[in-house]
Amino acid sequence: MKATDLLRRLGHFVTDRLWRLGFASRFLMMTVLYSGTALRRLHLTIREVYFTGVLSLIIILVSGLFVGMVLGLQGYDTLQRYGSSEALGVLVALSLVRELGPVVAALLFASRAGSAITAEIGLMKATEQLSAMEMMAVNPIARVIAPRFWAGVVSMPLLAALFSAMGIFGGYLVGVQLIGVDAGSFWSQMQAAVDFRQDIMNGVIKSVVFGAIISWIAVFEGYDAEPTAEGVSGATTRTVVTSSLAILAADFVLTAFMFRGE
Amino acid sequence: MNRAAIDLWVGIFVALGLGALLFLALKAGNLTATDVGETYALQARFDNIGGLKVRAPVKSAGVVVGRVGEIRFDTETYTALVGLNIDKRYRFPRDTFATINTSGLLGEQYVGFEPGGDSEMLKPGDMVKKTQSAMVLEKLISQFMFNKASEDDSSKK
Repeated sequence: MKATDLLRRLGHFVTDRLWRLGFASRFLMMTVLYSGTALRRLHLTIREVYFTGVLSLIIILVSGLFVGMVLGLQGYDTLQRYGSSEALGVLVALSLVRELGPVVAALLFASRAGSAITAEIGLMKATEQLSAMEMMAVNPIARVIAPRFWAGVVSMPLLAALFSAMGIFGGYLVGVQLIGVDAGSFWSQMQAAVDFRQDIMNGVIKSVVFGAIISWIAVFEGYDAEPTAEGVSGATTRTVVTSSLAILAADFVLTAFMFRGE
Repeated sequence: MNRAAIDLWVGIFVALGLGALLFLALKAGNLTATDVGETYALQARFDNIGGLKVRAPVKSAGVVVGRVGEIRFDTETYTALVGLNIDKRYRFPRDTFATINTSGLLGEQYVGFEPGGDSEMLKPGDMVKKTQSAMVLEKLISQFMFNKASEDDSSKK
């Protein structure tokens, strides 16, 4: 391979990525612009909340419980070395509410619901359902894309809150019931340390942002997928990979803004 | 699945999610704590506030009676001016002694109130006259070292 060939490939790669980013941004604008239908015909959105939110409940609840129980075990192991095992509640609650709740729930949501959205829209495109809608003067962005986008934005904070609550319950089960940390100090120290605005609301804001990112990537990849079997499977993979990376990167940026330690 | 069943499931999901948020707010967070009742403002000057932070508690006899509202540096006296928001239910005598204490060895710092015996009470906006600064560990240690050194010197002579 010649050097010029390599250079040409690199240039093609970069312009292709930039082109896709531009198209994705324009697509997001169109989705927001055409979301009037998703609000007026609310049952379309509710249907999608069922598919993205309700069907993700089991995986979110079970993972939350296990993550909380592991936090309980690991946190106790470290804290009791410093003789402060009563602070277990603080450790479990803060790590869940601030970070693990929004982030892990978002990662699970991306692989559970995001991939499904991409596959569904990609298959709709491959079987020319989207073109058929356009022929019938139905805007596919308003009818198909916007409800799925908003369903993701609505479901994500609820799922993250459920994840955190379940995790705290798991930490309570292991810490208090199994190991025997004092229940009173477990809860009271937690309540003294967790601030509603600073910790809980920031966690909710994070999960709303993650929900928007995942839904955006998922609907875009589906809409942009090549209308073939390989195209749809590639788009589904890209959804999970891209949104996972985007979540972690966005989490860093949001955390840097929110918790700079006054 | 028909529309009614989907609505029902989504309703359950939203109720569960909001319930979880409520659980976090009430059980894990301190939304219920009688935090912002009616308060009145007092001020206190400290030579050194150590690691005192805004929203740190003000305690008297171990009971939380208020919160630190603001911390400023006064360029006229070169001291720290601390605004305290005290619960309306509690009044303190004019010769109350304000100290900066640490809860536990490594715990957070708080303002402690030790009421004096004056019959007149502090009015909103008043200045707490008698204060004691935070203990700075380095100063204590260096004091201790100097004392030790001088003791050694005198014993050698």
